[in-house]
Amino acid sequence: MIELAGLTKRYGEKLAVNNLTFTVRPGMVTGFLGPNGAGKSTTMRMVLGLDRPTAGDVRIDGIHYDQLKDPLKYIGALLDAKAVHGGRSAYNHLLCLAQSNGIPRSRVREVLDTVGLTAVARKKAKGFSMGMGQRLGIAAALLGDPRILMFDEPVNGLDPEGIHWIRNLMKSLAAQGRTVFVSSHLMSEMALTADHLVVIGQGRLLADTTMADFIQQNSRSYVRLRSPQREQLLDALSRAGISAVEVGNGALEVDGGKPELLGELAARNGIVLHELSPQQASLEAAFMRLTAEAVEYHAHAETVGGTTPSPPEQQPEWGATWQQRKGH
Amino acid sequence: MSAIQVVRSEWTKIRSVSSTVWTLGLAAVVTIALGTLISILSKREFDSLGAREQVSFDPTFISFAGMSLGQLAMIVFGVLVVSNEYSTGMIRTSLAAVPQRGTFLFGKVAVATLLAFVVGLATSFVAFFLGQAMLGEHAASLSDRGVLRAVIGGGLYMMLIAMFSMGVAAMLRGPMLSLGILMPFFFLISNILGNVSATEKIGRYLPDQAGSKIMQVVTPFGDDTPYGPWGGLGIMVLWVMAALVGGYAVIKKRDA
Repeated sequence: MIELAGLTKRYGEKLAVNNLTFTVRPGMVTGFLGPNGAGKSTTMRMVLGLDRPTAGDVRIDGIHYDQLKDPLKYIGALLDAKAVHGGRSAYNHLLCLAQSNGIPRSRVREVLDTVGLTAVARKKAKGFSMGMGQRLGIAAALLGDPRILMFDEPVNGLDPEGIHWIRNLMKSLAAQGRTVFVSSHLMSEMALTADHLVVIGQGRLLADTTMADFIQQNSRSYVRLRSPQREQLLDALSRAGISAVEVGNGALEVDGGKPELLGELAARNGIVLHELSPQQASLEAAFMRLTAEAVEYHAHAETVGGTTPSPPEQQPEWGATWQQRKGH
Repeated sequence: MSAIQVVRSEWTKIRSVSSTVWTLGLAAVVTIALGTLISILSKREFDSLGAREQVSFDPTFISFAGMSLGQLAMIVFGVLVVSNEYSTGMIRTSLAAVPQRGTFLFGKVAVATLLAFVVGLATSFVAFFLGQAMLGEHAASLSDRGVLRAVIGGGLYMMLIAMFSMGVAAMLRGPMLSLGILMPFFFLISNILGNVSATEKIGRYLPDQAGSKIMQVVTPFGDDTPYGPWGGLGIMVLWVMAALVGGYAVIKKRDA
């Protein structure tokens, strides 16, 4: 278990991490989501005692990191796969880490085998591809057989096979009852692996929820209609007590509508339909909306005395941005 | 977290990178080769020296003449041992494994110091014996008064140079910055300060000038240095301690 309480980090004027309080629990994969520069890596460095918090506190199973005896046996982390001396072989890199925490030499061979680097164990790390470097970092994290694992953007630079491997690895680690804390800036990645979700933006906590709840709250389903007889369609819909939103390009959207019902309604009124399609808003869009608000807040805070900030009504409806993104 | 574990880990680190071999190898080769060469030249010139110079002729010290250049490789060794951690990013992996930063730094310094002493001592003995062999009838013997002290002192001097460099590198972190300050300091500034009469009195308190007193057996004519060989080494030790305390303060305080 990792517990953050009011964790704050300030670099000069900039608040990189702003009063974060949440708990990462065992037995599940907790996704740590935020756009680039949101403060994910800084938070993880503070968990490992590499950066000192300006305020607040973070504990591993109730203990401060620097009070842990042989910390690699409690928590294994992959923060930066390039944090390796390139002139040292993979085997020696892992060996020196193992020795510092009293981990037997045989374990080095085991983790090399787990990540599939046995064949290149004696090769210098500087010759490694990005994916191999990532695997070496994961081997280092697994070295002490820790109950807690922390990965910062683990799929970065991996090929599809590597991504598949690491997803399964994280899930199996969590299934063994371990605490798995993994950061990403991709909602789609989190949706596939995480059971719990912590979202931050501009260093602030934006959401701390189960993945299921997040999906339920944010995956808006609707039906898109397109017709050359748009006015008649709108009339027919309003007569039936169904509210439709015009989204431009002549398309209408009906929230939570059933395509069968809408199709039959159009047929009864003799209206030609060019499109009748059920749609699901992506979680990526929901995530963008969530974090965009944090960015918006920041931008407004900086325009004091400048141009008047636009009122909230003028902010584009997120369905509209979704459409722009799709290029309709 | 036991210190023994850290020492074992640091030994694996230091023996598994090639920079250890080439810096220490270069320090030994340069010190020995240059010392031997200067010993040969000194033997040839002995007869042309004045009476004063002949009296204060110090065959032991002459055989260590290569150390002025060899110490630069020792500096590179000391700097790289510490700053490699920062330049490669390994420091974050290392400190996650050993969060007690004092234990980490001093474990690393202890291993590198021991290695520097072993190489330095071997270099010192080889430089002495080869140098004396070249000096022929002017040679000193290990059993002469003060000679054994000077030869062991040569090993201690090289060790302390490496330690000082480690302390400075721990303060400055980057290898380029550390070398950019240490190299000209030891190669130029210290020599200039020591050889200009106006600054000579300051120059003799610099770590290398004070420390190299331990390798002298015969006091040069007209030398009024206010400390002896061990006093000089003591001054160098103070410099080393200051550098290491500074390095410890930086590593303790700053974010990795």
